Amino acid sequence: MTTVDRLVGAGVERIDGPAKVRGTAPYAYEQDPGEPICSVAVVQSTVNRGRITRLDPTAAEAMPGVLAVLTPANAPRLGEGLASDLPVLQSLDVHYQGQIVAAVVAESSEIAKAAVGAVAVEYAAHEPDVVLSTDRPDLYAPPQLMAGYETDSVIGDVEGALAAAAVTVDATYETPTQHNNPIEMHTSMARWDGDRLTLWDANQGPHNIVNDLMTAFGLERGQVRVISPYVGGAFGSKAFTHPNQILAAMAAKVVGRTVVFELTRQQMFCLVGHRTPTIQRVRLGADAEGRLTAISHEVVEHTSRISEFAEQTATPTRVLYAAPHRRTTHRLARLDVPPPTIMRAPGETPGMFALESAMDELAHSLGIDPVELRVRNEPERDPERDVPWSSRNLVACLRTGAERFGWAGRDLRPGVREDGRWLVGTGVAAATYPARRRKAECRITGHGDGRWTVEIDGSDIGTGAWTALTQISADALGVGLGAVELRIGDSDLPFAGGAGGSTGLASWGSAIVLTAREVRRQLDERYGGQLPADGIVVKGEVPGPSPHAEQYSMHAFGAHFVEVRVDRDTGEVRLPRASSVYAAGTIVNARTARSQFLGGFSMGVSMALHEGTIADERLGHYVNHDLAEYHVATNADIGDIDIHWLDEDDPYVNELGIKGIGEIGITGAAAAVANAYWHATGLRVRDLPITPDKYFRALGQG
Amino acid sequence: MREFRYERAADPASAVALLAAEPEGAFLGGGTNLVDLMKLGVATPDVLVDVRRLTSAEVAELPDGGLRIGAAVPNADLAADRRVRERFPVLSQALLAGASGQLRNRATTGGNLLQRTRCSYFTDVTRPCNKRSPGSGCGALQGVHRNHAVLGQTLEGPATCVATHPSDMAVALAALDAVIRVLGPDGEREVPMAELHRLPGDDATRDTTLRHGELVTAIDLPPLGMPSRYRKVRDRASFAFALVSIAAAVRVADGVVDDVRLAFGGVAHKPWRATTAEDALRGRPATEESFAAAADAELAAATPLRDNAFKVPLARNLVVRTLLQLTEGAR
Repeated sequence: MTTVDRLVGAGVERIDGPAKVRGTAPYAYEQDPGEPICSVAVVQSTVNRGRITRLDPTAAEAMPGVLAVLTPANAPRLGEGLASDLPVLQSLDVHYQGQIVAAVVAESSEIAKAAVGAVAVEYAAHEPDVVLSTDRPDLYAPPQLMAGYETDSVIGDVEGALAAAAVTVDATYETPTQHNNPIEMHTSMARWDGDRLTLWDANQGPHNIVNDLMTAFGLERGQVRVISPYVGGAFGSKAFTHPNQILAAMAAKVVGRTVVFELTRQQMFCLVGHRTPTIQRVRLGADAEGRLTAISHEVVEHTSRISEFAEQTATPTRVLYAAPHRRTTHRLARLDVPPPTIMRAPGETPGMFALESAMDELAHSLGIDPVELRVRNEPERDPERDVPWSSRNLVACLRTGAERFGWAGRDLRPGVREDGRWLVGTGVAAATYPARRRKAECRITGHGDGRWTVEIDGSDIGTGAWTALTQISADALGVGLGAVELRIGDSDLPFAGGAGGSTGLASWGSAIVLTAREVRRQLDERYGGQLPADGIVVKGEVPGPSPHAEQYSMHAFGAHFVEVRVDRDTGEVRLPRASSVYAAGTIVNARTARSQFLGGFSMGVSMALHEGTIADERLGHYVNHDLAEYHVATNADIGDIDIHWLDEDDPYVNELGIKGIGEIGITGAAAAVANAYWHATGLRVRDLPITPDKYFRALGQG
Repeated sequence: MREFRYERAADPASAVALLAAEPEGAFLGGGTNLVDLMKLGVATPDVLVDVRRLTSAEVAELPDGGLRIGAAVPNADLAADRRVRERFPVLSQALLAGASGQLRNRATTGGNLLQRTRCSYFTDVTRPCNKRSPGSGCGALQGVHRNHAVLGQTLEGPATCVATHPSDMAVALAALDAVIRVLGPDGEREVPMAELHRLPGDDATRDTTLRHGELVTAIDLPPLGMPSRYRKVRDRASFAFALVSIAAAVRVADGVVDDVRLAFGGVAHKPWRATTAEDALRGRPATEESFAAAADAELAAATPLRDNAFKVPLARNLVVRTLLQLTEGAR
């Protein structure tokens, strides 16, 4: 092997870029199975909870081009053990509005959609129950939160400490339901060859989908292949199986043809999950110097009737600041809503909005600079687990960000800066996200001619994994980029967990590094360091979490600084500039990493100012179920964003020192914007998004 | 989506004759709204008569110094036209505040006028909507209506409707006293812009006073002779419908308002020409106090819903600020 300069850290251009720009990178809808493809369209429940009393498919069945109409009466029985809403068409019961109650398979999507309108359905329904509140009598404590976190944490005497505190904050913050809106709709193309199923699918991890398909159709591993080389964006909704994948496979089995099921944008608002709304009460107590004595963070959120999705909203509060007395709690209400799911930093994103807003309110009460307040409460060890940090550079992020942004000399007073009709303010918030590593397997093949094939079922959901994993492979094998052929996004490849929890590169990259070490060892021991003419095949794996995960607390940190302008006549909000600084371990690709940080931050701005799904409380449906009405930040909403990261060498997190960067950018970003909005206007808006109507409401004019 | 027939005609008269014989047919312009509504099952024409190449795609001078805009002029071209930008900046600004670059390339002037409300209850066939399905009720009245009308709604009865007209361009045309040239089965007629769109009244299904088969062929702009401006407030900086928008033009002589035009978008079922405010301003001093009093006079008729009362102070502030900006230096 030849020695080359280290590729990890370089801003290598996306190796999949040219194919995507040319339109030759095939997404799920564009796969060519070699035969005409049928289409699936679905009839959806128009009630939230109840039972189908009549379902007549005969008119639809009679339409030319319709191959089958699947209903609970005739749909093939699926295997036991499918969770949530995955048992598609297995019952007459309705659990949420938008549930699939019938499906049409037809020669074209136009025919299928027309036939959907010809299926008559009647229901016996209850009134919808979709409103979350803190005084619901049915709030309950789930056994645990997602990712295995404990539901509550209690240390010391919070009430006593709050009563004795020199200064307190007691505020309630609300975040709305939000929906994942990747550009590519959830799409599945299914084909059966005898008893073997192939699914070309838009997801964040083919292996995640395989298990549910095995359960649904009684298949063995090896009878199901999920192929997903290119995915047009994903923020969590594509992490797990949803009804669409099960239905596509079912439809293909029934008609004996290849079928494709692409959701409409409207269907993305009910069939593939959402971020739960939250109501969060945060109480902080501090001494006169701003040292926290008590932190209490009580969360109320929702789940569906048929799933328990307990989001870990207050968990960042367990790690961010020191305080002797602390409590976090999570309570759920089961509502007549579709099953919630993951959306970029689930839990941390809404939770950090509340905590970091409350810290800003505390800084104001104390008359202390909000950066300084955070520095004063920097914990030496994880304040709840009482273990050391594997590495923690929040203070350095705050200091560096303050310098890059020009924070020094900031006037603490709110509502006193004008530029014409603009009210001008600045705000800060911290960011944090856990650093995890998951099990992953890898196979490396050395070809006699010096080329290498690296195979792992990782996923590139637009993040840059194609490129970053190739860089890691090249470094690990000691060859140039061009010598490595990477294969990802296929469940026939060695096992890997999906792209989620910011674990992708940390897990897949570690598996590659460990496997490459084994390659080198075998070459050295058996072949004198030379690649044999007939090649070599080596399998390796990373077994799971870091062996140091019990002894150390592992998190990435960051800090956002933003300037916000609010038009005093209209309440319009603009964000002309921001600086975000991160300490997130090894950065593998400087180009795609910047894009990830920038995208995460922008999504946080979007959350602060625009995003929110609104339910009609009487009719029970999500009203703004398209991109015209569900507003995501446009380019014009995102100003000049300075992205920077600190060199950080963490020897404990994993083989590469990677902490993961897919999610940290969004955490805290909404609080930074809301804090700057307050600094500009003197108005504290505690329920997102901060739209112009709330400006007038806060002024008592609307 | 219902199957439909696609037709082209040789000239505007044959297109009109063709559609007049098809009670469920529709003209197709840029299709940026109609085709969406067809996909959603909201519009179900059985025949589309393509008129995109039939009417003029040119902006022409009129003898009085005004302009005649062919109905097929793309929104993007109209916004960029030098004469429009110089003489009618309010129109260029309104066009550029609407939709996206791609949509403006495709959308026509005639089609823009006739686009339909984006009320979510209207665009979802599983919801009650008196505009789409008379007598089914108005889902928005007690439902989600933060961005619905505050003026001129029908608040009870089978025509209850609180929808807004979505066009920005139409708001500018309302302020400009544009004249819509229409070709129908009985020949040509001219419709003043103020009479083109209607309030829901006792029939929420009808957005305009046009009869079936009538084709917009051109829009005439009379000379303005005043500085003008369009300002749109929305939930994000681009690509969103107005919460409230304003088209304004004003001429001040000796510190007194000599002439003024004001129209609001986002507040009613039609572009809302603020004639009460205009009447209150003519002959009055061009001061912040006059502007505020005129806005208050116009908005006294507002009947905001549970969640959209903010539109009233927002509209008031827009009147004051826009008129102050237009009269800066003349006061």
